[in-house]
Amino acid sequence: MPRAEFWQGNKAIAMGGIDAGCRFFAGYPITPSTEIAEVMAEELPRNGGKFIQMEDEIGGIAAAIGGSIAGLKSMTGTSGPGFSLKQELLGYAYIAEIPLVCVDVQRGGPSTGLPTKVSQGDVMQARWGTHGDHATIAYSPSSVQECYDLSVRAFNMAERFRQPVLIMTDEVIGHMRERIEIPEASSIERVVRKKPKCPPNEFIPYLADKEDDIPPMAAFGDGYHWHVTGLTTNDWGFPTNNSEEIDKKISRILRKVDRFRDDVVAYSAETYEDAEILVVSYGCVARSALRAVRELRKRGVRVGHFRPITIWPFAGDELERIVNDHGIKHVIVPELNMGQMFLEIDRVIHGRAETHLKTLLNGELFKPAQIMSYIEEVA
Amino acid sequence: MPREDVMTWLRTQFMPHIWCPGCGHGIIMHAILRALSSLDKDPDKTVISSGIGCSSRMPGYINSCTLHTAHGRSLAFATGVKLANPELTVLDVMGDGDCSAIGGNHFIHACRRNIGVCAIVMNNNIYGMIGGQASPTTPVGAIASTAPYGAIDPPFDICSLAIGAGATFVARATIAAPQMCETLIKKGIQHDGFSVIEIMTHCHTQFGRKNKRSRPLENFNFFKDHSVVKSKADGMTPEELEGKIVVGELFYDDKTVEYTKNYEQVIDRAGGSVR
Repeated sequence: MPRAEFWQGNKAIAMGGIDAGCRFFAGYPITPSTEIAEVMAEELPRNGGKFIQMEDEIGGIAAAIGGSIAGLKSMTGTSGPGFSLKQELLGYAYIAEIPLVCVDVQRGGPSTGLPTKVSQGDVMQARWGTHGDHATIAYSPSSVQECYDLSVRAFNMAERFRQPVLIMTDEVIGHMRERIEIPEASSIERVVRKKPKCPPNEFIPYLADKEDDIPPMAAFGDGYHWHVTGLTTNDWGFPTNNSEEIDKKISRILRKVDRFRDDVVAYSAETYEDAEILVVSYGCVARSALRAVRELRKRGVRVGHFRPITIWPFAGDELERIVNDHGIKHVIVPELNMGQMFLEIDRVIHGRAETHLKTLLNGELFKPAQIMSYIEEVA
Repeated sequence: MPREDVMTWLRTQFMPHIWCPGCGHGIIMHAILRALSSLDKDPDKTVISSGIGCSSRMPGYINSCTLHTAHGRSLAFATGVKLANPELTVLDVMGDGDCSAIGGNHFIHACRRNIGVCAIVMNNNIYGMIGGQASPTTPVGAIASTAPYGAIDPPFDICSLAIGAGATFVARATIAAPQMCETLIKKGIQHDGFSVIEIMTHCHTQFGRKNKRSRPLENFNFFKDHSVVKSKADGMTPEELEGKIVVGELFYDDKTVEYTKNYEQVIDRAGGSVR
């Protein structure tokens, strides 16, 4: 039987993680994400898992990567200033191909900025924050239910693709309480990383399977010796300066996600079929935007809504199709930043509809009435 | 040549190694492998973590579960590995920059937690790999590429730092006494808690060249001439100890409970069971 709970978003992320099989959390307290660590500190040992409060944000992600290499599904969580610090080792997990879920509960920035107030200022940092090229998978929940569901999905994607997966939530969703339904444990899909099937003496640690470009991963202690490093390596996991080997490695860690883009990309869209105006929003902003769109629909305004659930990879093809096929004339993008997602949206639409960026940087959330007025301006 | 019983611990396919001829790191690596071999450790259950730099390239050449991390972060990675699977024997090999500069915070907190990791700090007083910049253990007055007029920053005493921060086994040796290195590393690995073994080594290429110790043998003799064993040092005045390297077992506490054992108590209190 599914059960109902009345949880805040941060708790739902933690509990979703545990239900997905997370058994290791390492982090550092930071507003507005601390409840994730607090729930993990309480719940993980109950479930036979391990929680550790590290000395700093970098230590948090380092220990989580260590936990994952030792075979446990691992998570770390933070907010803006900590997300900046974690970029160093997110890069490590991308290149060494270590499954990991990293949560960023976004608050106003730059720097210490607005610890208790909301923003969506880390969207581009999620994509490009760590140096070097890498494939980003980042989810943007817009309800407490989605915090839970996407936390499960984030773990499944991290385990499948052997890389970090980001949950880019925000202060409003993190602290908001809603009724959610927890599915029965047996009905939750849980992906576990591929293990090597060959005998240990034949194990080539970064030799990827052809069908998915992903190498099987042994845990330390499993009987397979392997070398993990942040240097660019050959298939043996040993550092290389050979240009062919470098190209092979880097192109594969990008391709392994890109090939399966359609399995990763998620979005939701409503009342766009006959729409002339499309509002595109995500995270907490989508709640105000949907309220505005539904209200104006009742009044006969032909307006629809498009919500990226994965902000990275961005659902560009899907948005483009809707705009083209349904003759959308105006696209309105309200964001709690200077238009970080707008850059992507505008690029995809490429002049086929008029695009309107609406920004809010004062730590508040858009009110539905504000978004209604943006729609009415172009209606 | 390495002793025969340690040959199975080597990944000879990844050699030649990157170290300069005459480097002290090979002596330390051999001592570590002799210790692992004589303790009959299983390479399948042995993790060797490291940071960045010449010394931290060591795990690549060792045929066990090896983890070459980011600069300074190795103890935080090792903490995660050990907590996730306390059955593993975890060693952490690092340089003086890893330990006392960029990774200083991770170092003192690993000491404080008393987590069951054996940390081996290869202190050559310099950033060797990248051209001889000053480190937090470069002596005052020594020349480095970033201290061309002589270093003015007072150096850290890594062992005192470890004792102050709560490590429960702390020892020092020099590469001029390979047998002592092996004995202390063996004790460190066997110790149920966080152990720190600082091994004074040299970088004749980047430190020695600028500081009148450009040949490996000069460094070897320097360590021999300046070493004082703990028992003797205990009877010496601070003035007499000036410029000396105190070697041997410096601190030992077998009462403090190791971190992952404490965490098992947390799991019990929470009413859970592992996996």
